[in-house]
Amino acid sequence: MRRAAFGAPAWRLEQLAESSYEELVEDLLDIESKQRPAEDLLERFHAEHADEENNKFTAARWFYRMINSPRVLEEKVALFWHNRLATGIAKSNVNLMMRQHLTILRDYGMGNYRELLNQISHDPAMLWWLDQQMNHAGAVNENYGRELLELFSMGRGNYTEDDVKAAASAFTGWTHDQSIPRYPNGWWEFSFVFREDDHEYGEKTFLGRTGDLDGGDIVDEIVKQDATAHFIAENLHRFFVSDEPDEKAIDTIAQSYFDSEYEMKPILRNLFHMDEFKNSVYDRVRWPAEHVVNVVKIAGTLTDPYENGIKDLVSYSEMMGQGLLNPPTVEGWHTGREWIDSGFLIERVNYASEVLANPDTPGMRKIIERISEGRTSISPADLIEACLYELGGVELEARTKDILLGELGTEEAIAVNNDFGLRVSQIMELIVASREFQLS
Amino acid sequence: MASGTNGTNANGTSSKDPVLVVVQLSGGNDFMNTVIPYGDPFYYDFRKTVGVKEENVLKIDDNFGLHPSLGPIKTMYDAGDVAIVSGIGYPVPDRSHFRSMDIWHTAEPSTVSAEGWLGRVIRELDPNQNNVCTGVSFGQGLPRAMYLMGTPAISVAQLEGYGLLTSIAGERQRKALNAFQRMYVPEEVDEASMVLNHIGQTGIDAMTGAEMLSVAPERYSSSIEYGDDALSQSLKGIAQVHTADIGTRVFYAQLPGFDTHGAQIATQAGLLSNLATSVSDFFDDLREHDASENVIMMVFTEFGRRVRDNGNGTDHGSGGGAFLIGDRVKGGFYAEYPSLDPANHLSGDLHFNNDFRSLYSTILDGYFGIAPEEIVNGKFEQFNGMFETAGV
Repeated sequence: MRRAAFGAPAWRLEQLAESSYEELVEDLLDIESKQRPAEDLLERFHAEHADEENNKFTAARWFYRMINSPRVLEEKVALFWHNRLATGIAKSNVNLMMRQHLTILRDYGMGNYRELLNQISHDPAMLWWLDQQMNHAGAVNENYGRELLELFSMGRGNYTEDDVKAAASAFTGWTHDQSIPRYPNGWWEFSFVFREDDHEYGEKTFLGRTGDLDGGDIVDEIVKQDATAHFIAENLHRFFVSDEPDEKAIDTIAQSYFDSEYEMKPILRNLFHMDEFKNSVYDRVRWPAEHVVNVVKIAGTLTDPYENGIKDLVSYSEMMGQGLLNPPTVEGWHTGREWIDSGFLIERVNYASEVLANPDTPGMRKIIERISEGRTSISPADLIEACLYELGGVELEARTKDILLGELGTEEAIAVNNDFGLRVSQIMELIVASREFQLS
Repeated sequence: MASGTNGTNANGTSSKDPVLVVVQLSGGNDFMNTVIPYGDPFYYDFRKTVGVKEENVLKIDDNFGLHPSLGPIKTMYDAGDVAIVSGIGYPVPDRSHFRSMDIWHTAEPSTVSAEGWLGRVIRELDPNQNNVCTGVSFGQGLPRAMYLMGTPAISVAQLEGYGLLTSIAGERQRKALNAFQRMYVPEEVDEASMVLNHIGQTGIDAMTGAEMLSVAPERYSSSIEYGDDALSQSLKGIAQVHTADIGTRVFYAQLPGFDTHGAQIATQAGLLSNLATSVSDFFDDLREHDASENVIMMVFTEFGRRVRDNGNGTDHGSGGGAFLIGDRVKGGFYAEYPSLDPANHLSGDLHFNNDFRSLYSTILDGYFGIAPEEIVNGKFEQFNGMFETAGV
């Protein structure tokens, strides 16, 4: 649940454990039978969230869905693609494009990868981000053609400069319309336009295939490549399993990529059943957005649209290094240990400690009740184990546990009395400040 | 170690080691409306709507002058403390903000790199990592310029209240920080997870840095009242840390918002005014503390803008410019202003005359007294006589 979703406190995991592992995987993958959360209530209680000009509100609504959507994997996979097919607000400053873009990641992210690449190649946000409006017949702009190969599918070193030129030429004339100005008519979405008179017709050779190729043919060729299978597999492995690549596991995922003919759901199903996935614990640095969502889910807040604070999550995540809908470059974020610099780490630690040291959130009240239940006292060691369990199964190094134990003092048993909640929250505060809590 | 033409600190015992403050103007500041070539008729041909009228230009000579919002900078220029470096760019201009900014940050125009040039400077200045506060950035997130794996640099959003576990108070916070330190100390054992050790080391650096920085606001008092804007607050923080004398050598601050495709006149005037006022307050503050003589400031932007305005603003161009400011700076014009004659344009842009790495090299060699080649990845011509000899 930690890596396939955003983690959950023990009381929630216990409910899930009533199902078998296989049923859980199927339940995660089954998005069709579940509704997405309605955003209109959020907009009703917080009128500012309806501001489509500001990407922060679109990002805030995304956080709301990551926390509350019954289709949690859909949001998690959208987050994965947001880093791999990285597009941002910084260049266009047109948030309406970003909203459309996010919808594509959500609608097609768990579908067929070929269709996703096709959709992205028709996406105004992406086309603008990578200068497709400047990719003309006779004046080819290679930006999209190059990044499509380098960052979105095959990875550097698996194609030639001639392939880049052929791809860019095949995408000439793929652009978007100029949206009608907002006033006085309200919002108008951008849409894809193919300008026939600006397209380079004629013979091109791309990855060995020759013909009058257009963008769709380029995508068709790309998805067949072994390099693409491995590139996508490596990225999935990094996101769902570990920051450290594992050739054997990546080969297995790449094989399921071909077996399923690029269908993401079977690829994910196989991945979730792999031993490498099941056995991997705390092998990757949580992305800031995951860290924020996990903390909120444990605190049990922001589950109702009228609660204040969803917009703040956008800033917290940004201060930890991940401003959603605003990646630093088309490369996406530098993940793994690069998430950790002194400023970002301070934000991560302070945020988690502050939120989870509050004994009065619904989630913490529940945790304290559960630990207290049927007890008049608890030993310090048991209290630490109970806290780790309630947080959803956090695993700490022996040294860290010893230090926490020392912090609880020399009493043999801690009384479950009026001060107990405070004691629990003070130890929680340190647990979530640990190095280990930065990982998932 | 290579020594600059003008020398650096005379001896190693001085506490007045050279300090650099970098101010980044993000979005692409329109240099043609910052240092205005008002004497050139081409200027008014191309800048029909966003041009600055001659009577409003703060004239430097018969050809050039500063934007009317830059009054405080003009005063510093007249005092001989501002070097204007025009026409800076890099080969094959890239008009994307992020790529262009990356190039300035990494000093790598041709390949994508994650190593910042200031990160390399910090490593050179403090190779044994004796001081985690050698480089301190103010603002959100560490700029890539200061990022170098294995070299600490501190990133501060806001100095007041900066620190670890700040939601806890008093004695309990001290205890919690003590536990934090013990939890984060990297382990000696071989099998210790690399990533846990990295998080551990970063946590220790962050904690040490926060403790060092916490003394800064306490020790500081000043008659200068900075503005409430982000840049003023960042520069105030820099003044606090610098005067606390904790050994910081490289500072970073940012002022975003220069992407003036539209509504340029009002937007740029506001931003330049913000820049000029905060920078002037900063140097006044340092002088009040007798702490200005070893500080220079480099103000840069990722690119300039198109020569011809678009009727309301200007689009991305190349050939920007930079300021170098400080007591040690020998004021004046460096480098030729790029020609506005359309015959000399580079696809509608000013053609840059000087590689930005020449400016970096001049600062490194002439001011810090460190060899520039390894840091900027090559040998670049330097500007002559940009610095006064130390102690003048």
